[in-house]
Amino acid sequence: MPNPSAPRHNGKQLDPEVRKHNFEEVAQIFTKEEAMAEADRCLHCKNAHCQANCPVGVQIPDFIALLKEGKVGEAASKIMETSLLPAICGRVCPQEKHCEGNCILKDRFGSVNIGMLERYTADTARKEGLLKAPKTAAPTGKKVACIGSGPSSIAAAAELARAGHEVTVFEALHAFGGVLRYGIPSFRLPREVIDHEIETVKSMGVKFVTDVLIGATEKVADLLKQFDAVYVGSGAGLPTMTGIPGENAVGVYSANEFLTRVNLMQAYKFPETDTPIQVGKHVAVLGGGNSAMDAARCAMRLGPDSVTIAYRRSAAEMPARAAEVEHAKEEGVQFEYLVTPKEVLMDDKGRVTGLKCTRNQLGEPDERGRRRPVEIPGSEFVMPVDTIIVAIGQKPNPIIAKTTPELKTTERGVLALDEEGKTTLPGVYAGGDIIRGGATVLLAMKDGIEAARRINAYLKEGK
Amino acid sequence: MEENTILVKENLSDVVVKFVIYKPLVAASAKAGQFVILRGREGGERVPVTLVDWDKEKGTITIIIQAIGKSTSMFNSFKQGEKFLNIAGPLGTPVEIKNYGTVAVVGGGVGIAEVYPIARAFKEAGNRVIAVLGARTKSLLILEDEMKALCDKTVSTTDDGSYGMKGMVTDAIQKLHDEGEKINAGFIIGPIPMMKFTSRLMDKLGMEPHASLNPIMLDGTGMCGCCRVTVEGKVRFACVDGPMFPSKTIDFDELIRRTSEYRPQEAESLKLYEKDHVCKCGLH
Repeated sequence: MPNPSAPRHNGKQLDPEVRKHNFEEVAQIFTKEEAMAEADRCLHCKNAHCQANCPVGVQIPDFIALLKEGKVGEAASKIMETSLLPAICGRVCPQEKHCEGNCILKDRFGSVNIGMLERYTADTARKEGLLKAPKTAAPTGKKVACIGSGPSSIAAAAELARAGHEVTVFEALHAFGGVLRYGIPSFRLPREVIDHEIETVKSMGVKFVTDVLIGATEKVADLLKQFDAVYVGSGAGLPTMTGIPGENAVGVYSANEFLTRVNLMQAYKFPETDTPIQVGKHVAVLGGGNSAMDAARCAMRLGPDSVTIAYRRSAAEMPARAAEVEHAKEEGVQFEYLVTPKEVLMDDKGRVTGLKCTRNQLGEPDERGRRRPVEIPGSEFVMPVDTIIVAIGQKPNPIIAKTTPELKTTERGVLALDEEGKTTLPGVYAGGDIIRGGATVLLAMKDGIEAARRINAYLKEGK
Repeated sequence: MEENTILVKENLSDVVVKFVIYKPLVAASAKAGQFVILRGREGGERVPVTLVDWDKEKGTITIIIQAIGKSTSMFNSFKQGEKFLNIAGPLGTPVEIKNYGTVAVVGGGVGIAEVYPIARAFKEAGNRVIAVLGARTKSLLILEDEMKALCDKTVSTTDDGSYGMKGMVTDAIQKLHDEGEKINAGFIIGPIPMMKFTSRLMDKLGMEPHASLNPIMLDGTGMCGCCRVTVEGKVRFACVDGPMFPSKTIDFDELIRRTSEYRPQEAESLKLYEKDHVCKCGLH
């Protein structure tokens, strides 16, 4: 009999005082006992709300049931029927918005910890050699190119390989994973987890190529001569800056640059690695999203005296996941709410010496229902910082649209799609942040899977 | 043949090495003014290097590297037959090639090699091309014969007067102007102070200067914004919007500050590399 009223297991976490000096994974995997006890809490609802609210439709009650029976390999296969990247999703998906946010136990006893169970299943199946890549259909003789190797493209590639197509993934950087690799820090997503998940997709016959920037090395038009269809999953690789005076001072990073130095280039190991990074004594991170949390927590691990997140609204409007905010606070990150940066102050050598800000109060809600920050006259003050990380969002990288005149974009710079998810160029499909602007790993994966199914239909029917 | 293999290595001076590398996809689409990003080893940094030449048929690219820090020293220790770990490109916006009438290409040090394909493209587009080459001393003045063979006029300068005209490229440009040479546009590649003063002079003389900027880069695809520069009062990304920009309003002082950001780390890294290098080969 299920035991829903038992307390929710949250697993163990590395001690904040220890973890703020290293890049080890913060959340520790469930022990077998924890996993079994947590799996036991699931009621296996018939019309499971968790599953209905999963962007990629993971068969949650079924995988938990298999796990409970001790069939960890089969449980992993069950997840992988709809999501090829269970170890990644189990870690970085905002479960509180999707599955766990809709668990029937949520209000009475606390949701089942689906994220941790998914991760336990994936990690344990991998460790015990029970994790099997899904079977692929008989070869269709069709070839598909996927641009980018982030979550959207990997999901599309796996789905296309499953249908029997010959798939090649083109990555511009020297390592695979896109934002999983350059954006998300190893203390949230260890590098070997990304490697393993990509190995799984490779084992399905997908070819991965580094150092090819589509739009530069080859154009989309070149790909269309070699492939029957193309999936654009090139992501949101264009940082938004504030545009305030002094933003090019030495010591101002975009979150993309800061995170890429730390995560992709592993600058925290310098001089063992060759890419340096520099944080001063006092760091300000501008923004309130997950990238801001990641940047602040990475900065903290580089040993400054203080790291402060400066956000223009209040805690209630902050878009970052609650767990990330909590982890950041535990690690000593401070929060300045309701402030707007106005100017970067610098010394005669052009180095940051402070950040001039004004204080805000909350006004009327904006179009998304979040209350707008309104500047308080005469509230100017200076934050005494020497490093500033700008984490206020991203836009789609324009390189593919610029070099492919047939691909239309919207005024936001994202690729325009029709109702069927097709771009304006026949045979070319798109998904993830190149059509969304800046969203989550899970939504990017969902787009990749859906586009792959459309490509399957297109290649079958030839339209 | 495997991609990234070094087919030819030629030492142009003690610290300057020319590599011809097998990289067909880059050779197929390279244009004047573009660059590649190189990595030499696992854990290595991404280093932008201007393309000096390319051969579509042979599938090769040519680059010239001056050993300055750890990574460039390591690259220059690579032997014929060895491979670069990663080469990505061609990156950046090609130089817009059109007929200006008379174009001056101005190269300082290794910049001479980097400006060579631009000289060739302008020549092919029907321009009269004047090359102004500058180096600290005679042994660092590279590619003079090739420039002479290509250009309508070539002027070489050395800071110490060991070869050609004693002085800077700016002295040579002023002299060309004084002799009545009408130059419509200039394309400058070299050390930042050289590009700054040459741009100023050419602007003053009505020569429409352009400079190829070399800020610190990471991905080279427009993703990180590390390479932001101020041109005509606007923030631009050198990796995708450039690297060549109209240069009369470039904030060169900002560029100098931003490229100096990691000087202490660069020095530390080079020192460790050299120490390690001595231990391994015992030759230095």
